[in-house]
Amino acid sequence: MTRLPKALWIGAILSAVFLAIALLSLIWTPHDVETLTIADRLQPASATYLLGTDQFGRDTLSMLMVGSQTSIAVAVVAVGIGVAVGVPLGLAAAASRGSLLDEVIMRGNDLIFAFPSLVIAILITARYGPSATNAILAIGIFNIPVFARVARGGALPLWTLDYILAARTAGKGAVRISAEHILPNILNLLIVQATIQFSLGILAEAALSYVGLGAQPPTPSWGRTLAEAQTMIYTHPMLAVLPGLAIVLMVLGLNLLGDGLRDALDPRLRRART
Amino acid sequence: MIEISNLDLAIHGQPILRDVSLSIGEQEIFGLVGESGSGKSMTALALMGLLPGGADVSGRLALDGTDLRNLSEAEMCALRGNDIGMIFQEPMTALNPVQTIGDQVAETLTIHGKASRQDALVIARDRLDRVGLGHLPLDRYPHQLSGGQRQRVCIAAAIALHPRLLIADEPTTALDVTTQAQILDLLKELVAEENMSLLLITHDLAVVSDMADRIAVMQLGQIVEQGLTHQVLEEQAHPYTRALFAASEHQPERTDGQDDDVLLDVRDVQRTYPGARRGVFSRGEPHVAVNGVSFQLKRGESLGLVGESGCGKSTLARAILGLEPVQAGSITAFGKPVGPDMPNALRSGIQVVFQDPYGSFNPRWRVERLIAEPFHLMSRPPQGADRTDRVADALKAVHLSPDDMHKYPHEFSGGQRQRIAIARALITRPDIIVLDEAVSALDVSVRARILDLLSELQTNLTLSYLFISHDLSVVRTITDRVLVMQTGKVVEAGDTEQVFTDPQHPYTQALLAAAPKLPETLSGGSHATLV
Amino acid sequence: MLSYLLTRALSLALSLVIASLVIFALIEVIPGDPASFMLGLNATEDNLAALRAELGLDGSKFQRYLAWIGGMLTGDFGVSYTYRVPVSELVLDRLWVSLPLAIYALTLSTLIALPIGIIAAARRGTAADYGIMGATQLGIAIPNFWFAMLLVLVFAVTLRWFSAGGFPGWDDPGAAIKALTLPAIALALPQASILARVMRSALLDTLNQDYIRTARAKGLSQRQAILRHGVKNALIPVLTILGLQFSFLLAGGIIIENVFFLPGLGRLIFQGITQRDLIVVESVTMLLVFAVILVTFLVDVAYALVDPRLRRS
Repeated sequence: MTRLPKALWIGAILSAVFLAIALLSLIWTPHDVETLTIADRLQPASATYLLGTDQFGRDTLSMLMVGSQTSIAVAVVAVGIGVAVGVPLGLAAAASRGSLLDEVIMRGNDLIFAFPSLVIAILITARYGPSATNAILAIGIFNIPVFARVARGGALPLWTLDYILAARTAGKGAVRISAEHILPNILNLLIVQATIQFSLGILAEAALSYVGLGAQPPTPSWGRTLAEAQTMIYTHPMLAVLPGLAIVLMVLGLNLLGDGLRDALDPRLRRART
Repeated sequence: MIEISNLDLAIHGQPILRDVSLSIGEQEIFGLVGESGSGKSMTALALMGLLPGGADVSGRLALDGTDLRNLSEAEMCALRGNDIGMIFQEPMTALNPVQTIGDQVAETLTIHGKASRQDALVIARDRLDRVGLGHLPLDRYPHQLSGGQRQRVCIAAAIALHPRLLIADEPTTALDVTTQAQILDLLKELVAEENMSLLLITHDLAVVSDMADRIAVMQLGQIVEQGLTHQVLEEQAHPYTRALFAASEHQPERTDGQDDDVLLDVRDVQRTYPGARRGVFSRGEPHVAVNGVSFQLKRGESLGLVGESGCGKSTLARAILGLEPVQAGSITAFGKPVGPDMPNALRSGIQVVFQDPYGSFNPRWRVERLIAEPFHLMSRPPQGADRTDRVADALKAVHLSPDDMHKYPHEFSGGQRQRIAIARALITRPDIIVLDEAVSALDVSVRARILDLLSELQTNLTLSYLFISHDLSVVRTITDRVLVMQTGKVVEAGDTEQVFTDPQHPYTQALLAAAPKLPETLSGGSHATLV
Repeated sequence: MLSYLLTRALSLALSLVIASLVIFALIEVIPGDPASFMLGLNATEDNLAALRAELGLDGSKFQRYLAWIGGMLTGDFGVSYTYRVPVSELVLDRLWVSLPLAIYALTLSTLIALPIGIIAAARRGTAADYGIMGATQLGIAIPNFWFAMLLVLVFAVTLRWFSAGGFPGWDDPGAAIKALTLPAIALALPQASILARVMRSALLDTLNQDYIRTARAKGLSQRQAILRHGVKNALIPVLTILGLQFSFLLAGGIIIENVFFLPGLGRLIFQGITQRDLIVVESVTMLLVFAVILVTFLVDVAYALVDPRLRRS
């Protein structure tokens, strides 16, 4: 059982490190990533360039640091869209269980599930051209049914509990009960789901940028760095390996954090421990 | 045959059982009685070798002289289902939902290599016939069966190999009283015919007194008294046994404080649920839960509403609380119509206490906020010190300390939580309180004290109670009048004593006949407090 | 059972109609002239007029929608503007790469994930469980297109066991399958990691159920109880995930095709985007959405087969 807190700690530390790096890169990077020093192109790791340079002579470490900004920003906004729209929908569906509203919300969710975020991104990009905003929208829209389902699934069993009936005999309406009684008691579920969607968002952003549907030059992004490195995979494999490792570590950290939180916040487990 | 001696058990270091010794003979029914947490189920699981992880056992658990603790897990598997069968409390979840009942009974035979699958199904048919399910095909799934039928399937699977001992852990607690009587009769028959012993675990003294040859009374992991049933019941040598008896038969002190003022008037009420939604546009058949119910509740009166699960009593309660609309008829309280749109002032006159002491409170709120929640109904709710005083008064009224308002609900026992629920119901100073199975989840000793409290509050505050319960004996002790409900209708109504001593409707008669009773001669003393 | 499936089929048909409306709206209804968008800056008035006529832009939007849907129902997906061939031909060609790839990956993922998940659950708390859980944790975190690059680096560049990309066609089935192997592995492993974890936790959830205790009381060992009673019950949540994963496999396939230069639907769609061939993009996305909805229906059928509670009239 000692494994659980350990996973939580590793996850929290990894996530915090990446967040710190992203914040740091806003004010400082070892080298400027916007100036291209062609003379220094494709340098191996050295004291000047800790992780070497790319085909344009940009410092790989600095590129990775700045790239984390895009990943985190896209994932944060996409999760925000999912929470802001999905949670109220899920709460409303649960509060009106079995009604037409519930049916419409849930069928609408099924419908969005038929549009993987990549397909949404393709549709938007095909008509409006690629951009980071499109990536955010595509991932965010796909997050809506995820949070709606989690909120509804968590709220439904609560609505059958006696304290909800007691609140209704105290004259409270569905909106007030959802805010006072339901939401605080499903917060655990939502937090865990948010960490999962956050890591999926980072993966999705990387994928979209890799195929050119996400962040456009000159915005740095791990996915696009990978795409640019692919052509040189025979000669300079490290250029393709390093951004991938950054993605893996960050997603791994978030997943460990999510799993750790799930175990730490699960009331069933907590009750068993006390 | 079974010999348990000096059994000690701790789970993760927490002591559960201490020095438990008992023996069960051939063809004997042995009753193990105790309140929740007394360790009676753990004793049985220890015998089966199915204790949860982290269990530390010492002592001897012998079957025909062999200590089961020396057997390997493989040998225990060979023994379970073969020499010792077991059934559990919750028949609704005890069967695998995705496997047919025939396969589940036959599995007992095939797993022990006693029959091929074909032969096992033939024997399963025979066993299901034996437990009274001759009309059910083998390819039925559990969800197609009622609770009583499912418990019979469990019994059929447990006795498929004619075990020497059947352990029944609260086998009827989750069932209605008439179903309970049938299952208990079946178990008794099986013991007589199958040359089998029965270890019957229950919290209900009346059940064992009727069934067991010998009983043991457990308290806090220890057996405090055991012996022949009639002997233990007559002598009640240990104070805990006496207390348990007194509590089972407890009669709260009541005064007759009712007047002719009608507070609640229910007329020809009908409540229909639309069928389950099967798609965007279609629904199943509608379900009539309450069908033409009428009654009146007077000031200071305690009115009982009894019936088995699904009879519509809780639905009726929700309609009276104005939580759900009625499709026909009318409900008026204090002369004003009751319904989902009723004004808050009217709502504050009717409050409620629910059954489940664990689901009744938002676990994240402190007691003060929980009790004060109905203040939402008042146009000018008390603020600051006034509010705190009101909550403190309510806590004092239910014999809790005003300091308890700063605690969270999980810091209280089941009985204390039920007191908090009563305090919440009292906070708006209502005239009517609906008690929906309010004491059903409590152990007998706790239940007795809550009944005393309810009776005292009724006298002091001239409250009217609508006391809803499936438990006939409790309704008899706390109500003036009683309504008997069956499938949405009131089949009999009248003064409580009259209905109980001279029931007119066949359903009432069946209910009363099915209810397990302690022998008459033993219960005389505990009625002494009746005024 | 029949009415359950009929209801689900109806509901999914409705989803399909709404999905087609959404796609049509996104591509054609929003302000701006699709014809001038497709032709870009160099368009002449004549070209524009010709394209408008071809796209049927002269008719009302409703008529255009009906024509599009009606065409698709009869197998007429329109004519690609850049390739000057019917889209249905293009799609059929590419489908022979994308569909085998998705099925290959799904099979691999299921064959790997279910046994691993069951082993981890049956041996909870042992080294095998921790090993599997650690490996799957890593598997989930790896982006499949990066994993694909690593596979190329190791098996194509260094070991030279496979070619780094391209597709020889189905004339030589052995070579075709070989060409799809690295892409299928790249797609399958992250999905297998998720599926194995779901299998494990669903199985562990069933272990606390009363019916497992009943089975133990009948004389089943812990392992027998898990395999005979746990697995089938655990399949219900696993099926849900499997259905969702298919849409991820389709999407993932589009990206992986780029890594391995496979001439599948993914390549087609990206060429469509870069060449602003809206007819291709519109029809292929509709096809993808149709595939996802079809799989959802198949999962519903599987539910009914596994869970008798859904089979009642």
